[in-house]
Amino acid sequence: MSQRMNDARLLADYRLMWRIRLHEEAVKQLFLKGNIGGSTHLCIGQEAVAAGVIGQLRPSDYISSTHRGHGHMLAKGGELKPMLAEVLGKSTGYCKGKGGSMHIASLEIGNLGANGIVGGGIPIAVGAALSAKLRATDQITVVAFGDGASSGGNAHESMNLAALWELPALFLFENNHYAVSTACHNSIAGGCLTVRAAGYGIPSAAVDGNDLEEVHFAAKEAIEHVRAGNGPYLLECTTYRLEGHFVGDPMLYRSKEEVKAWRRRDPLLHAERLLVERGILTEQECRAIQAEAQAEVDAAVDFAESSPEPSPEALFEDLYTGQVSA
Amino acid sequence: MSDRRLTYRQAVAEAIAEEMRRDERVFLMGEDIGVHGGAFGATRGLYNEFGPERVRDTPISESVIAGAGVGAALTGMRPIVEIMFLDFTAMAMDSICNQAAKVKYMFGGHAAVPLTIRSAFGAGRGNAAQHSQCLDVWFNAIPGVLLVMPSTPYDAKGLLKTAIRSDNVVMVLENKLLYNEEGPVPEEEYTVPLGQAAIRRSGRDVTVVATGRMCLFAADAAEKLAAEGIDVELIDPRSIKPLDMKTIAESVRKTNRAVVVGEGHRTGGLTSELAARIMDDCFHYLDAPIKRVAAEDVPIPYNRGLELETIPGAKDIIAAIRAVMA
Repeated sequence: MSQRMNDARLLADYRLMWRIRLHEEAVKQLFLKGNIGGSTHLCIGQEAVAAGVIGQLRPSDYISSTHRGHGHMLAKGGELKPMLAEVLGKSTGYCKGKGGSMHIASLEIGNLGANGIVGGGIPIAVGAALSAKLRATDQITVVAFGDGASSGGNAHESMNLAALWELPALFLFENNHYAVSTACHNSIAGGCLTVRAAGYGIPSAAVDGNDLEEVHFAAKEAIEHVRAGNGPYLLECTTYRLEGHFVGDPMLYRSKEEVKAWRRRDPLLHAERLLVERGILTEQECRAIQAEAQAEVDAAVDFAESSPEPSPEALFEDLYTGQVSA
Repeated sequence: MSDRRLTYRQAVAEAIAEEMRRDERVFLMGEDIGVHGGAFGATRGLYNEFGPERVRDTPISESVIAGAGVGAALTGMRPIVEIMFLDFTAMAMDSICNQAAKVKYMFGGHAAVPLTIRSAFGAGRGNAAQHSQCLDVWFNAIPGVLLVMPSTPYDAKGLLKTAIRSDNVVMVLENKLLYNEEGPVPEEEYTVPLGQAAIRRSGRDVTVVATGRMCLFAADAAEKLAAEGIDVELIDPRSIKPLDMKTIAESVRKTNRAVVVGEGHRTGGLTSELAARIMDDCFHYLDAPIKRVAAEDVPIPYNRGLELETIPGAKDIIAAIRAVMA
């Protein structure tokens, strides 16, 4: 990549990536301790996509996220305390403990929700993009989806409609190589999404999703394209889920060597290398940033653990707007 | 009060037009709703008045039609989406059941979903198994979705206006064979509230609760039985969720007998739910077991004779009333 990120931006994204990484490590530990119900999906290894794309959005922009959405939320401006409280199902969580890991949302910061249904959030993003167009704002909507969602009807119906109506939607295809246990080469005919986007007349780019700088510049171009009213765009970021599909996944579907090879391409290490090589930070300063993020996460874990459970009355609250006696 | 009469289809179109004039956030999306005026003509004239920006013809993509409705509703618009046949909601079920119905609750109440979903249902036109079902019970069974089934032009307009103004997800089910029915619709502004049943006929001997087009058959049955001295009280719940159980229970406590009539299948149908609710509230007042009149548990056959055998008619209602009076 010939273009070089602004030092301050690179540093900010690096901080954000540590916050995401350590949030996920904390969630993993809490899950292993038995404090988290259901299943939880970590985005360890995919931080450069969240930081490089969603980190560039304006507060008024929207995102529609996935079941692996913690990083997206933090990159959109989510705060660690209510996030971890939500993951623990506490009343102080973003969703008062009713959504959990797979449904973290905050319309206030423009997150239309993580989604427990693979591909379920894509049509919602189309609606948000339509809404922005009808209201004549320059808000854009980034819709994250993975290789698992990419062959579902929602992805195709949504790309088609967004293209037809020239909607301000950025399709962020985050290919982390596995849909649960199914490798992307066993699920995506044609090999990549850019060829599919072309079928709908949607311009696209494909980048190494573990290279923050490459993601940053590709996303910048994509965002500018969409915000200028040129219709949708598809950005394909190839990355790798370093953890299992869920915490506790035995990962029979891939070799230790494969994971080890991808660990060498860890996006955090890559960003750190850029910072050190360019003399922006020393290694010691990198560790200090890591420690700061760890302290923030620890404080958020304390907050979440000491937060109250929802009251029993909360069960029947928040279902409808206004008085509805069902 | 004027004594103007409109067809059910005209009443629907008028409701939408009035609400679109009243609130610029209201817009319409669906298949063939524009120049074509809708498969049943219920959106005729809207395209000419409001144009393609607010009356949006979509591709045949039910999942994204409904899902985009959710996204637009979450971000400041008040969409009305039309799913041409209720059977086609099967293609949109994730967007309705997992997204529209859930987001507000999953987000801890930090959202409003002012979304109206209109759809045409019902047998009796020779549309066969995939275009004739009464799937009211699907939506009644999902917390987070409100459900109305207007049976007159007056209610079609009044309930639809209320649905559009509601900040909740409201499914409006319109029976295809009611679109040509004419009835009084005043020129003056009015709405019909959710959760308020209509007593179509007062009587002392037996309470008949009938939904949608079944109200017309039940009214016929009541007139025929009046000649024999059986005095039927006919209740049209109009709104299925919220349900005006108070009006139904008061009637059953007065008549001590109940027949429930619905166009859906007998097993697990809306009539099962209504009968159970009446049992809950009125068991000690009943002089006879509640009778259910519902569609047979077979797909709707194409052949006209077989089709009419499948769904309830006045003679089935008469037989049920006689049975509870025996």
